[in-house]
Amino acid sequence: MSTVRMPPILRQAVGGAREVEASGATVRDLLDDLTGRYPAIKGHLLDENGELNRFVNVYVNNEDVRLGNGLDTGVADDATVIVLPAMAGGSR
Amino acid sequence: MSVVSHRDHLAAVKEQIRELSTEDAVALRDASSAPVFVDVRERDEYEQGFIPGAVHIPRGNLESRIERAVPDHNTPIVVYCASGNRSAYSAKTLAELGYTDVVSMAGGFSRWKQNGHPWRVPRTLSHEQAERYSRHTLIPEVGEEGQLKLLDSKVLLIGAGGLGSPAALYLAAAGVGTLGIIDADVVDRSNLQRQILHTEDRIGMAKVDSAEVALKALNPEVNVVKYSERMDSSNVLDVITGYDVIVDGTDNFPTRYLLNDASLVAGIPVVHGSIYQFEGSVTVYKPFEGPCYRCQYPEPPPPELAPSCAEGGVLGVLPGVVGLLQATEAVKLLLGIGTPLIGRQLRYDALEMEFVELKMHRDANCPVCSKDPSEIEFIDYEQFCAMPSRAAQPAKEAVV
Repeated sequence: MSTVRMPPILRQAVGGAREVEASGATVRDLLDDLTGRYPAIKGHLLDENGELNRFVNVYVNNEDVRLGNGLDTGVADDATVIVLPAMAGGSR
Repeated sequence: MSVVSHRDHLAAVKEQIRELSTEDAVALRDASSAPVFVDVRERDEYEQGFIPGAVHIPRGNLESRIERAVPDHNTPIVVYCASGNRSAYSAKTLAELGYTDVVSMAGGFSRWKQNGHPWRVPRTLSHEQAERYSRHTLIPEVGEEGQLKLLDSKVLLIGAGGLGSPAALYLAAAGVGTLGIIDADVVDRSNLQRQILHTEDRIGMAKVDSAEVALKALNPEVNVVKYSERMDSSNVLDVITGYDVIVDGTDNFPTRYLLNDASLVAGIPVVHGSIYQFEGSVTVYKPFEGPCYRCQYPEPPPPELAPSCAEGGVLGVLPGVVGLLQATEAVKLLLGIGTPLIGRQLRYDALEMEFVELKMHRDANCPVCSKDPSEIEFIDYEQFCAMPSRAAQPAKEAVV
């Protein structure tokens, strides 16, 4: 199981949790597991072709998966995964 | 104890040190491995003129400051004063401190000047400035030179809100000479929970005017340039050109993307900060050196997935932390010291009191920074929303 850290805007959709557990050998499997259990977040993370939305970044152990193998990037059992959509807020 | 006259004492000291003529000193100065010139006169003498490149350490501070200025004790040093006597004493002191190659310049600065060698009047802080910025000038990495650099610097703040408030106040306090502020809003009571530039009695005032009042009260010397307008593709280059660093604390995606693209064209680093509820992030986008905003997020989220602060709320102290991290990065960039947050995104979670650093890289296929700056075109908000892949209906501007 890996720990997935959810961004504030998606926490409501996972029951308010800051972190959730998910399993998968790759980011794709892991997100499949996650979106299977929390369907409400699917549209935020993945586009209609099942690819990662361009306004969302996923980091495995603090490294951007786009610089690895994207959704096929391997996820070790104890990895920390961070899901991070773009945030604009500056508080005008 | 026997009494020694000044004349005898000086003569004895001069026997223990080496002297050189101003001609020899000039020749050494022009050589490839030039010695360090140390000016041991008092500040008021130094201010009248000095040998360019010389380090100024008044004789009274010589022992305590020389090591910082000249760490290697084998560095050749030429000491000078006004006429060559104080420098003789100083040369002796430096030898006692273990400096191995010290000479005193006979005849001092007056003979140097007389003989037509190069000198100039140093640019120095005024008495008031020296007092105001003394805690800066005491830091070797800043010093008087660094403070003068800050006074010559220009920083543009995008937004005089939650992030812009603490950043602007501290940059003004630090003596950044020119602070540009662009913000089209007026002060609202709901701002005051976090936007510390503004006050209850300035509710209803344009934020740039309110900001000017606050910044001038803190440091009257700061030149505040106000832009009470929204940034769009027609004015963005006019607004940002000429600034050394941009502190981005805006609240909406169109401005973030426009600013990113324009900063690449203008070649200005952007210190980016964003906040949401209890979490914030900071990074530095240095054009063509590190990743840009579009390397990280090539496209903005559709409006329904893009929350603003008004919708999500924000803990009032959070922008204080994040805005000051931005100000810190801005000062570092201006001074050219330390390791800036280029290619690194620092994320702060106030509830967990946790900082995480994420690595970012330039995207060779970035839709913007992989291009030549002359080929970069600016995209305005409406055009964004009209893009085929985006929602057909134009999104409303995030209002916070």
